[in-house]
Amino acid sequence: MPSIISISGVTKTYATGFKALKEINLDIERGEIFALLGPNGAGKTTLISIVCGIVNRSSGTVSVDGHDISRDYRAARSLIGLVPQELTIDAFESVWATVNYSRGLFGKPANHAFVEKVLRDLSLWDKKDAKAITLSGGMKRRLMIAKALSHEPRVLFLDEPTAGVDVELRQDMWAMVRRLREDGVTIILTTHYIEEAEAMADRVGVINRGEIVLVEDKVQLMRTLGRKRLLLELRSPLAIIPETLSRYTLELSPDGDRLTYTYDNQSERPGVASLLRDLETCGIQFRDIDTQNSSLEEIFVNLVRKGA
Amino acid sequence: MNLRAVWAIYRMEMARAFRTVLQSIVSPVISTSLYFVVFGSAIGSRITEIDGISYGAFIVPGLIMLSLLTQSISNASFAIYFPKFVGSIYELLSAPVSYLEIIIAYVGGAATKSIILGLIILGTASLFVPLTIEHPFWMLSFLVLTSVTFSLFGFIIGIWAKSFEQLQLVPLLIITPLTFLGGSFYSIDMLPGTWRTVTLFNPVLYLVSGFRWSFYGKSDVSIGISLGMTVVFLLICIAIVAWIFRTGYRLRN
Repeated sequence: MPSIISISGVTKTYATGFKALKEINLDIERGEIFALLGPNGAGKTTLISIVCGIVNRSSGTVSVDGHDISRDYRAARSLIGLVPQELTIDAFESVWATVNYSRGLFGKPANHAFVEKVLRDLSLWDKKDAKAITLSGGMKRRLMIAKALSHEPRVLFLDEPTAGVDVELRQDMWAMVRRLREDGVTIILTTHYIEEAEAMADRVGVINRGEIVLVEDKVQLMRTLGRKRLLLELRSPLAIIPETLSRYTLELSPDGDRLTYTYDNQSERPGVASLLRDLETCGIQFRDIDTQNSSLEEIFVNLVRKGA
Repeated sequence: MNLRAVWAIYRMEMARAFRTVLQSIVSPVISTSLYFVVFGSAIGSRITEIDGISYGAFIVPGLIMLSLLTQSISNASFAIYFPKFVGSIYELLSAPVSYLEIIIAYVGGAATKSIILGLIILGTASLFVPLTIEHPFWMLSFLVLTSVTFSLFGFIIGIWAKSFEQLQLVPLLIITPLTFLGGSFYSIDMLPGTWRTVTLFNPVLYLVSGFRWSFYGKSDVSIGISLGMTVVFLLICIAIVAWIFRTGYRLRN
């Protein structure tokens, strides 16, 4: 099946001459959760804004479910729901009025039963007559999501959805994202909480300085770029790593109690067995042993550093 | 045409007016009444008639125009500036709405408020002075045309403005002086020759004059010119708006 969003050769140069995006090519598959990672100012929000029609691109083409976002903007935009990073709501409107307004704005006929369901799902029903200004930060965030879902989008953009959000809301939100995915909604999210991308995403894209550095299946990415660590709790502290072990990338904890060996888990010869043999030869004994996979965060930091 | 979107925006704008009914309707009515007390009674006691019309009645069309102009501009400019200021404009820009629909909804909302306001002021004025409306059709036409034109102008200011200060700048520094100097409270025949010529460059003169003609059949300049000038200003506003939307000026850049 063709991708639901197809971004081809998109660039954005602001009037100041700043190149926010340099030749972006990206396809988002139907029904997936795609996490777009990148440091601040990498171009994440600019890219989302272009797809959603908020910012004009300098060149390139974007299509949503086969509809060009310029020529056929009505069809393209009516498929998209956007939850922006900032809490930007008309403060003086009631929850009920503003969510129904959003539905009307996207050309959908009034459907109070559906809007009620959205509000109930987001635990906002009790607040339906409250003015946006009286809501707490977390409630405002829920309201932004309700507005985005009010017109039954097929693609949902969540720009930093959990920034400054408490644990309960964060969990609610991820439960909601999973439910939406089950209904076939494609979700594109940007986040600073990389562990969330790690937990939620099917695929991960990394953007840095306006360029897509990498797009990869998450599991695959963690397998290929991930590194493993072997942690050895020593029986007695070690003052210095013996010269005979210099061919291993070893790290000794400051108190000398723990030795960490980092290795490439794709490698044919990761060197674990030989290390253990060599340790024995040196008379270094350990009381416990553990292995860890590197997190997506470490992979991300390495990628961004490499690009810098 | 996404009529549901036009209706949603229009209804939201009207709801805002009713929510701020004191600011939107009551305060202009109070200030108009004050004009009557100050201009109508204080000055009117010295100037009894202009062109055979009592001074109190003479200033009514000018007063309505003054409110219509300032309110159309402030309603429309605020309506589009506020979402820009708080950031909620993202929703409008990401919606499947054409520029034409945005204009119809926002300008329609602002113009409706101005027309309601104009009629309320007219009603208030009729409590103070006896009014005759010789050409009701043209009176309503000028009311609508002026409201739409200046709401469009306000919309342009709202998009152009980058701060609340700029939002106030044009109405305060340009529109209010032009309205006061546009024959709202006097006939331009009362001015010395040079100033009379200068006044002819003031576009507001043509609005006030045409509007007054629809009431009393008398005007400073001919009705054709009045109508023509109003339409020209409307067309200029439409051209600027078309350019703004074609380039995404201060909206999508």
